[in-house]
Amino acid sequence: MLSTNTFQRTHNPHQNMARSFWRYIHIDLYLLLSIILLTIMGLIILYSASSQNRVVLEQQILHISLAFAVMVFFAQIPPLLYQRWAVWLYGIGLFFLIAVLLVGHTGKGAERWLSLGFIRFQPSELMKLALPLFLASYFHKMHLPLNNRAIFVALMIILVPAILVSKQPDQSTAALLIIAGGSVLFLAGLSWRLLCSLAGLAVLCAPLVWYFMHDYQRQRVLTFLNPERDPLNKSYHIIQSKIAIGSGGLFGKGWLNGTQSHLHFLPEHSTDFIFAVCGEEFGFLGSIILITFFMIIILRGLYITIHAQDTFSRLTAGSLTLIFFFSFFINMGMVTGILPVMGLPLPLVSYGGSSMITLMAGFGILMSIQTHRKLLTT
Amino acid sequence: MQKRIAIKNHLQEIQLTTQRTVAMLIIMLVLIAFLIMRLGFLQLIKHDMYTTLSKKNWLDLIPIEPTRGLIYDRNGLLLAENIPVFSLDIIPEKNKNISQVLTEISKIIPLSETDITQFKKELAQHRRFDEIPLKLRLTEIEVARFYENQYRFPNALIKARLIRHYPLGAAFSHVLGYVGRINLDELENIDATNYSASNYIGKIGIEKYYEDELHGTVGYEQAENDANGQPVRVLKQIKPVPGKNLYLTLDSRLQLAAEQALAGHSGAVVIIQPSTGQILAMVSEPAFDPNLFVAGISGQDFQQLQLAADKPLYNRTLRGLYPLASTIKPYIALQGLDSGNTTPDFTLFDPGWYQLPNKEHIYHDWKPHGHGTVNLNLAIVNSCDTYFFALGHKMGIRAIDDILDRFGFGELTGIDMGEEVPGIIASPTWKRRVKNTAWYEGDTLNSSIGQGFMQATPLQFAQGIATMANRGKRFAPHLLLIEQEPGKPPEPQMATELEPVNLHNEAYWKTIITALQNVMTQGTGHVHYGDGMPYSIAGKTGTGQVFSIRHRDEEGKSEEQEKLPEKLRDQSLFVAFAPVDKPQIAIAVIAEHTNLAPNIARKIVDFYFLGPPAPVTAPTPNKEATANVIH
Repeated sequence: MLSTNTFQRTHNPHQNMARSFWRYIHIDLYLLLSIILLTIMGLIILYSASSQNRVVLEQQILHISLAFAVMVFFAQIPPLLYQRWAVWLYGIGLFFLIAVLLVGHTGKGAERWLSLGFIRFQPSELMKLALPLFLASYFHKMHLPLNNRAIFVALMIILVPAILVSKQPDQSTAALLIIAGGSVLFLAGLSWRLLCSLAGLAVLCAPLVWYFMHDYQRQRVLTFLNPERDPLNKSYHIIQSKIAIGSGGLFGKGWLNGTQSHLHFLPEHSTDFIFAVCGEEFGFLGSIILITFFMIIILRGLYITIHAQDTFSRLTAGSLTLIFFFSFFINMGMVTGILPVMGLPLPLVSYGGSSMITLMAGFGILMSIQTHRKLLTT
Repeated sequence: MQKRIAIKNHLQEIQLTTQRTVAMLIIMLVLIAFLIMRLGFLQLIKHDMYTTLSKKNWLDLIPIEPTRGLIYDRNGLLLAENIPVFSLDIIPEKNKNISQVLTEISKIIPLSETDITQFKKELAQHRRFDEIPLKLRLTEIEVARFYENQYRFPNALIKARLIRHYPLGAAFSHVLGYVGRINLDELENIDATNYSASNYIGKIGIEKYYEDELHGTVGYEQAENDANGQPVRVLKQIKPVPGKNLYLTLDSRLQLAAEQALAGHSGAVVIIQPSTGQILAMVSEPAFDPNLFVAGISGQDFQQLQLAADKPLYNRTLRGLYPLASTIKPYIALQGLDSGNTTPDFTLFDPGWYQLPNKEHIYHDWKPHGHGTVNLNLAIVNSCDTYFFALGHKMGIRAIDDILDRFGFGELTGIDMGEEVPGIIASPTWKRRVKNTAWYEGDTLNSSIGQGFMQATPLQFAQGIATMANRGKRFAPHLLLIEQEPGKPPEPQMATELEPVNLHNEAYWKTIITALQNVMTQGTGHVHYGDGMPYSIAGKTGTGQVFSIRHRDEEGKSEEQEKLPEKLRDQSLFVAFAPVDKPQIAIAVIAEHTNLAPNIARKIVDFYFLGPPAPVTAPTPNKEATANVIH
């Protein structure tokens, strides 16, 4: 079926030429365009959210450019290499996670940065990629559906870095790691029953972990998540966020006219709560458009997943897509008040570079899977 | 082995992962649908609520205080103005420990106990979120000293504000009253919105009576605030409407002359323009400096004023009650004529006493051996008690009360100041109610010479004599001449005519007025008022008993009076109008514990007609004339 498609496309020489060019440089045009679309809208929102701060905008464009470069670089690496290196990546990630706990830099009260002399980076970001890659490569060698032993090993592979990250403490990234690993397990055909019981167990564990934490640790978590938090009114953020979104109405207050963000009622309006700025200024319709842009990327990601040719590629692509989905869904859920407040930025829109580079690296891997596909078949 | 498995399960694995991908898509779509529903709930269903909340967040209405209306006298001289001062204000919310801040501030700027008490009082009441003035009227040095140290007091600031000032001070204190900080009681009775920016309210006097006119209407500034409550910009401004300017009927020159004439005595002077009811001067002595009250008077000062024996805070013109004494006689004579109980020609022999038929008690005239044969004219001119004992007895108390009532005694004059008391017209019903005893004929006799229970305020004295001057035409005494809304033409106030005193024969007016004129040329008035005035004047003297020494017959002797402590000495009363034919002024002077009322009146009336007196080089001979008590 795939080969027929390829065959049909060759009938149009011009299209074929164009395609082959993008194929040659291993860029997926659909994914690229939808990402560009989203980042443009993100920049428009950020410009308003930062109170028309050009420096912020320039910084963000720098982040994006860097991230695009990373994406293009990751797209050049064939999936086979990822599959081979996955175990090493995971191992290095684990090593750094342990290292960061021992010698990490404390940024905003959490030890998540590791300094390598000239560069500082977050090992947990590396793990966001390494974990699904490693699990996928592990499952690639297995029978699907998985046997119990494989599931147990997989759980260990997921939980060890997740616990290390939560020790930093960075619960939200830990949660994303669990989602990343879980998605690989899900795609690999973990039985629904087991899936449900694992999900249930995870839900039960979350408060348990919270319970065993010291009070100051909780405080640190909360303070990190919401640096401007009003200690007397824990719900201040979410109230202001809901006011911002709700007052936007159908069409919004108009670009640059959001009172909630411009008058600083809305905390973290350039970072974690930027979706509220979108809701306030562009209204319900603007929010739908933004969500649509996100979903276009998701759909492309799923398309790549389905059309990937081996188990490793499928699992990796599916998992990366799902991580992307959850990172924006959790953020939007948090901002609209249906999920508890977690310190997760809105991918590609929130101001900040670190998580964007990981994300774009993930898109690079997706592109690699898509563009190296034909080479494998022919 | 690995390869074998992979080949074997390839299709199955593709199928499985495809299924799972589709399942994943469905889960994601469900979640997104849920998110969109949530957005719809917030943005479409609850939109109005959140819009309101959002506006509440960033919009703030800041009230702007209207400028209080100015008060002028009839000639446009400023009596109450607003002067800019620097005040030291504290924003209380942000200060945790107020006392400590106050201590620190007092090291830089001396704070009186009053400042601190007043501040704490206001802090306790705390009506709004803005600054509370700690100290008003900072000196330039204090302002400079504060700015040097401002970094230490983030919640203290120097603010320029307008405060009330009364340039003429004590002379107008009782008429104008004063403004003061709004207290809790007042807060309950005012329109809280209109006063949301105001710190002051009229406490007494004109300032209180015309509070609504003077205050103006509050303005608003709709400001955009940031999350810290700091205003970012002003969106809309509704300017405050300043209070109306008031022009009073008072003539400040006359007022000051009256104050000077009365100075040193306790008493009151009221001067009315008979043809309109306008009050030209209204002085109550002693007085106080109203400016003390504006900034908040210290407890000590206030106590001193309140406990002073001569009661400087007491507005005698409206609240002081004095027996009518001999000034009642013209009214009784008028009623005697009008009711047919006497005629101008009727004569009576006065042996120096009067006795009721079939009673043993003897009522003495003030003149031990009597006035001899007196007609109505002479009875008034010499203030013959015996004549009025007889007339009063003949008329009865009802007729006496009737004429007093028609002249406005015993009831509020309705002056635009409030505060006044109605005085007393004694009647059998009144005595039964208040004293719970029967009315005796002797009460009627005492009443007919004004010494019984009858009591009136200086304003009523003046109003009564003004009515006499007007030949019965009555006007409500009033203080407001012109009301002027800023930027609009002035609105002159119309005189309110009251029910006139109508007589059966208008000629009776002339009879009485001529008699009153004779008082001033030959009678009791002449003795003290003196002569040589270039204007015609009609008047009547009176002496109010404070303390009955032995008996009436000895009261006339001034030596007895001078032995008494001052506060037990009689009050001297004097009412007059001038000129007689076309009266321009009607004056009532009450001087407590002295017999100088006519002398005081002379100075004032002379000032009115002649202007300021020539510098005095030698002591006035009038002093010696004061030896005798006036009747």
